Amino acid sequence: MSRRGWRNRGWVLFFLLPSAIPLVLFTAVPMVSSAWVSLNRWNLISPMQWVGVDNYTHLLSDPATRDVFAHTLVYCAGYLPLVFAGGLGLALLLNQRMPGRAFFRAAYFLPVVTSWVVVALVWKWLLNPSSGLVNSLLGALGAPQPGWWTDPAWALPAVILASAWKDLGFVMVIMLAGLQAIPQDVLEAARTDGAGAWQRFWRVTLPLLSPSTFFVVVISLINGFQVFDQVYVMTGGGPSGSSQVVVGQIYDLTFRYGRAGEASALSWILFAVILLITAVQVRGQRRWVHYA
Amino acid sequence: MRSFVRRTAVPVVAALALALAACSQGSATRSDEPVAGKTTVRYMNFSANDGHEKDLDAIKTAFESANPDITVQIETLPYADYFTKLQTAVAGGTAGDAFELNYENFVTYTANGSLAELKGVDAAPYKPSLLDAFKADGKQYGLPASFSNVVLFYNKDLFAAAGVAPPTASWTWADEQAAATKLTNKGNGVWGDYQPISFFEFYKTLDQAGGEFLAPDKKSSTFNSDAGRKAAEFLVAKAGKTMPTEAQGAGTPDFDSKLFKDGKLAMWHSGIWMFSGLADAKFDWDIAVEPGDTKKASAMFTNGAVVSAASKNQAAAQKWVTFLTSSDDMVKARLATSWELPPVADTGKVDSYLTAGKPANRQAVFDSLDATVLPPVIERQQEMQDAVNKELSAAAAGRKDVATALADAQKAVDKLLA
Repeated sequence: MSRRGWRNRGWVLFFLLPSAIPLVLFTAVPMVSSAWVSLNRWNLISPMQWVGVDNYTHLLSDPATRDVFAHTLVYCAGYLPLVFAGGLGLALLLNQRMPGRAFFRAAYFLPVVTSWVVVALVWKWLLNPSSGLVNSLLGALGAPQPGWWTDPAWALPAVILASAWKDLGFVMVIMLAGLQAIPQDVLEAARTDGAGAWQRFWRVTLPLLSPSTFFVVVISLINGFQVFDQVYVMTGGGPSGSSQVVVGQIYDLTFRYGRAGEASALSWILFAVILLITAVQVRGQRRWVHYA
Repeated sequence: MRSFVRRTAVPVVAALALALAACSQGSATRSDEPVAGKTTVRYMNFSANDGHEKDLDAIKTAFESANPDITVQIETLPYADYFTKLQTAVAGGTAGDAFELNYENFVTYTANGSLAELKGVDAAPYKPSLLDAFKADGKQYGLPASFSNVVLFYNKDLFAAAGVAPPTASWTWADEQAAATKLTNKGNGVWGDYQPISFFEFYKTLDQAGGEFLAPDKKSSTFNSDAGRKAAEFLVAKAGKTMPTEAQGAGTPDFDSKLFKDGKLAMWHSGIWMFSGLADAKFDWDIAVEPGDTKKASAMFTNGAVVSAASKNQAAAQKWVTFLTSSDDMVKARLATSWELPPVADTGKVDSYLTAGKPANRQAVFDSLDATVLPPVIERQQEMQDAVNKELSAAAAGRKDVATALADAQKAVDKLLA
């Protein structure tokens, strides 16, 4: 390498430091340590005891692990279609020329940048089974009033609803960007060839949106598997553990039960699951993602 | 190559040095520089939080003037964060020389070896049962700092309006149930009774029904018994009948205290720490010893002060916790402000508590102490409480019958004891 190249490399490294130091200290080091902790029994206070892969074998045979993964899958299965369809619908709507468009775009994006704790508390209040606004409305309409976070069957749907509402704006923004990147001449050509509005949407717009769709699905699933804040605030994993998710279980194991070894092992199992799902998606994209 | 070293290494090292310097500023739990000739004792606690910080400071000032060679440094944390913070502080070696523990967490901390044995403790000032609560394997690992108990609060106006005779110390579950049924008026939103369907109420009612939570060797649980089913049935039968259900809001923070303060609750099982909060209630209220079944048993909670095994100033720390838990200055500070009660043996010292205002029948607080029950405690405490709560709430909501719920809870607890 040239003298000049060496010189530049030094400064490149220097300017990388502000992000590299926190990355190493707060991501790389904890990852390596948690891999080590996952092979030990540790209550955070007494010295660690080496147990090899016992934490992993115990977790894999523990019905609680199956439950928390099942709840997390149900969450993703409910959340993803809702947030995607809603976000896409909003994007299509707000891509039209209409009065107050900028206001609506900002309004729908506002929940995305709001703290989850605040949003979850507001939803918990709205969905209060006896005095919440939602059940009052349902009652006025003569519709059934679910127990929401006090009913095991409704606790996860309540969390899904709040999560989809909060993240709609994020999907909307990505989809809006995707819509605006679609070349107008392609749509013009389709129109000239006699394609109706519905056909243009299904045959042209949607396929050309597929890179944005792919991005949204990958990110939403990764976030979905890591769901925690809203569950912690709205239901605390209850009632009777019916809405306990994987990250909630990791938190409880460490900070309430002093089982940091198993919690670390569960983190790595979750990491493996997310990695696998993302890898499958990346492979599968060749079949359905069209780059214009 | 030299230029590489100069160009690359210098900025990198400079930045690293800056970053490390920033890190070494230390955490909030780091101790201050010691003053020459003086020993500093750091004390972490939660019970002075939210209103009693000044009272703890008064005790500290009295201690320091009696022991000029020791400085006490107090850190007060909210209860909700305390045990998470304490756990990480002990794990990181930054915990105080002395700290507060509640009885439920005491066993966990003795088991993991974080506590120093207290030698030469003068037992005379303390209530013997409280002192014993902080023993493990016959050794004293902590001193009782305060205690509180649970009594039956009742709204005198609601009782009078319904023509029901108010509770007495001789009441049983049957009397409570009968009164609660008469007092409940769902049309007016008035409930007869409130008692959480939880671990803390269950072990107590179990004891009242003559059952035992754990086997004597503490290697298995024994609450799935006739007494256990009777106790759980007693609690569960209240839900929806004389007491609001979870779906009606029960179990959410402050739900019960709000209901009582609003005058919509006739009887309420709660702790004596609620007294000061009810001072401005617009109706007449009093307390009674909680009703029993085959026997009386009142829930008692106690907090203790311990010395860290990792402390370098154990002798000074023990002096401080001894003063904190037995001095007259402490008794005065606790009584003057209706804080939790001092753990003293000499009842003459607490006489002023009896006449300190509402409720009139403060004697019931002391009468409750004739038959108390402490929480069952195991090393995996939090998991046990969660498991029992989970099954009881399933039974309360009618998702499981009581027998199945108790059998499942016992199975879960036995797994924690294995």
